Amino acid sequence: MDDLSRFRDTYLAECEELLRDLETHLSALHDGTADSECLNSIFRAVHSIKAGAGMFKFTELVDFSHEFEALLDNMRDGRVEVTAERVDLLFKASDVLADLVGAAAEGSEPPAAAANMLAKDLAAITSTAKTAPEANTPDQATRGDAGTSAEQSRQPGETVCYRIDFYPAAELFRHANEPLLLIRELKTLGEVEVEVDLSRLPDLQQIEPENAYLGWTITLRSDCGQDAVREVFEFVEDDCRLDIHIDANDAGSPAPSEETDASPGRRNGAEGSDRKQADRAAEEGQAAKGGPGARISSIRVDLDRVDRLVNMVGELVITQSMLSQQADDLPSDRLIQFTRGLEELATHTRELQESVMAIRMQPVKSVFARMPRLVREVTDKLGKRARLVTIGEETEVDKTVIEEISDPITHMIRNSLDHGLEPPEEREAAGKPADGTITLSAEHRGGRIVINIRDDGRGIDHSAVLARARERGLVAPGAELAPDEIEDLLFEPGFSTAATVTDISGRGVGLDVVRRNIQGLGGRVSVSSSPGSGTCFTMTLPLTLAVMDGMIVVAGGEKFVIPTTNIIESMRPGRDQVNRLPSGDELVEVRGDYLPLLYIARAFSIDGAVDDPSHGLVVLAETERKGRVGLVVDELLGQQQVVIKSLEDNYDPVPGISAATILGNGLVAPILDIEGLQSMSQISTSPPPGLAAAIPGGVRRTDAIASIEQPERNQWT
Amino acid sequence: MDLSSTTDPTDRPAPTTAGDGESGSGATERQSVGEPLQFVTFTVAEEAYAVDIMQVREIKAWSEVTRLPNQPEHMRGVLNLRGVIVPIFDLRCRFGSGLTDATATHVVVIVAVADRVVGILVDAVSDILTVSAEQIRPVPEMETRGDKDFLKGLATSDDRMVAILRLDALFDLNELAADGTPESAGTAAEQ
Repeated sequence: MDDLSRFRDTYLAECEELLRDLETHLSALHDGTADSECLNSIFRAVHSIKAGAGMFKFTELVDFSHEFEALLDNMRDGRVEVTAERVDLLFKASDVLADLVGAAAEGSEPPAAAANMLAKDLAAITSTAKTAPEANTPDQATRGDAGTSAEQSRQPGETVCYRIDFYPAAELFRHANEPLLLIRELKTLGEVEVEVDLSRLPDLQQIEPENAYLGWTITLRSDCGQDAVREVFEFVEDDCRLDIHIDANDAGSPAPSEETDASPGRRNGAEGSDRKQADRAAEEGQAAKGGPGARISSIRVDLDRVDRLVNMVGELVITQSMLSQQADDLPSDRLIQFTRGLEELATHTRELQESVMAIRMQPVKSVFARMPRLVREVTDKLGKRARLVTIGEETEVDKTVIEEISDPITHMIRNSLDHGLEPPEEREAAGKPADGTITLSAEHRGGRIVINIRDDGRGIDHSAVLARARERGLVAPGAELAPDEIEDLLFEPGFSTAATVTDISGRGVGLDVVRRNIQGLGGRVSVSSSPGSGTCFTMTLPLTLAVMDGMIVVAGGEKFVIPTTNIIESMRPGRDQVNRLPSGDELVEVRGDYLPLLYIARAFSIDGAVDDPSHGLVVLAETERKGRVGLVVDELLGQQQVVIKSLEDNYDPVPGISAATILGNGLVAPILDIEGLQSMSQISTSPPPGLAAAIPGGVRRTDAIASIEQPERNQWT
Repeated sequence: MDLSSTTDPTDRPAPTTAGDGESGSGATERQSVGEPLQFVTFTVAEEAYAVDIMQVREIKAWSEVTRLPNQPEHMRGVLNLRGVIVPIFDLRCRFGSGLTDATATHVVVIVAVADRVVGILVDAVSDILTVSAEQIRPVPEMETRGDKDFLKGLATSDDRMVAILRLDALFDLNELAADGTPESAGTAAEQ
């Protein structure tokens, strides 16, 4: 990991943010809620992406963002009109830009064909730019337009004399640029005369070493175009006062008519760029970011560092509880003082823990921001029209949850667009606006996050769902179902209401997978709908996946954690409630239902556990795929919040165990994977393969090595 | 940092697994000819063994561990190492001499193997051994093939032989295990 690749990672992370900004501002532009700043922000985002891309030699990215930027520049200067059609093109361009950044991040092949096509479209619009200065903002003058018009009349290849006024600001140096290098680069373009302006240089005592006092007036005689000259200053443009114009008085100057054109332009240009620079400084101040010296309100921290902090706080809690246990042995005269200290420590530790967990909290914005693009792409493909409204993007959840909600949201939005929304004609016929609306909202409720995906489409056709469920044998032919029960059928495996399977949704991976994944995270998902006016998917999730509620149980002297989300109830069955099947499997009777019993100790081959459920306890648990089961344990130790630790970082996956946690005494306790346990117990009825699967022991592994090593051995003998 | 790993003499004694198995122990690749190599030496069942000092993260006294279900015989369980869960392996048992009767005087050496952190239970940590690469002798061909695979070479310390361990081969903590599904392992064994 060298410096460059670290910078590269930082750059790519910044690109993510810039692309998100871009999306937000483009949406504002699209909705007509944009202010004058909007186009500037869009331009800046693209410009920043381009600047970094140049540094890391992402050629496709540079080329494309260059075209993109050129068009945006003309748009913000008012030379190209912003129309709805062009905004759509900008959206497409931002999608391609995102793809290019993605390709750069993964080192995969960039989507060059799409980029080239779109770049041509962008360039085509840029070329329509008005060059006449009439009825435009003063901004228009800043881009050396007078110079451009002078240049246009110039014959290609003709030597022109440029006068370049270059006054670096202090930021230029802070961003590690060097005027000398720029002047040297100019020298490669043609003959250069440099004049330094020392007028701003104060007395020695007043000099601030980090400030910029010098300015240069450079006379360049060259046959290159003005663009080439401007390109030299490309990366410092924002950090200096720069004025490039053609000195018409020079020998070999164009016709005199241009002279009148050029001189007002020159003055305008100088004023313009001054003003622009001031604006920029103000903007940067507002954004509270930028170079050193600006206020910094947030920092980027590697997640690993935060995790280390979380770990250490966890250890602190354990140490503290160990101390309080030992305090009991102290003589009573010293105990009071000590206990008081311990109590304070406990308070501080708790606060510390909360603060650390808060660091990991992030707004759901990062996920929501990806959805407008999805809506665009899917509606394009389906020939439907929809707009996305997002609410509550600032709602915060733990980083771990953020990573997990993207897929289900994507899936449900696709589902809404595909199955929920009607085509425009049908909508109009039903008296609805042709554009459908998808509302994506997030809020906190009762220590959980609730995410709603609502559409104003046709709603769920209950009779169609029911008919299909009957066809698939999910519902008994004569059974009557309540509306919510019918809606719940959508989450049944292998269910799809669409008449045709499209590539948008319904490609086998259905809502059943969404539900299973969400439940795997300790969440719930449901759907409600009213015919003709829309469908709403509601998903609730815990705020963090780093911590969960668990029941600590003992089996054969060993402690395990059962996730509380799986638990229905705990009971001690009477002798007569336990029944035996001929296969030897046992069932427990609970209010008329018979549930299979699963002995934790037997599943894990632990000796010395309770063998009779009526002497131990049965925890009734439920999983999505395998239904209910009675887990036989020796005793319950109580319920508590546990921190989830991965076992797989340093060890192989263990069947029946999903993760581990650290108990108050510092020891590790495995967290049970109930569904995995249920599968294990099914396998165990057929011994030969079951035995192999259940014992991931050394024997099997040695064999694996032997077989893999064999070919290599042959090479050497 | 010198990366002239191709001439690393420590690889020569056991060419059969050179290359593949070395992914994790970048520490040995770093050393060039002539540069002294350092190892942490310890004893297991009266015999002396060593691991590359660059792989050692920490040395701590034995403490209670949590058994995992159906763990391999030579695994003792997992330990909480400052919030990270680390599996602990019994070296004596791995060498086929039965489980160590672990007491508070036994030592766990925490080592980095491939991208994982594991602990190995040993009887006692002895010393740090500094030898030049030339002083490391190859492991001779022997009747039983097992040993050679997890030994990198032999060194001498205080007139005693010290076997330098190839940890990744010893615990097979790399991708090999992940690929070795029960089915494929079974067919491989039959062949």
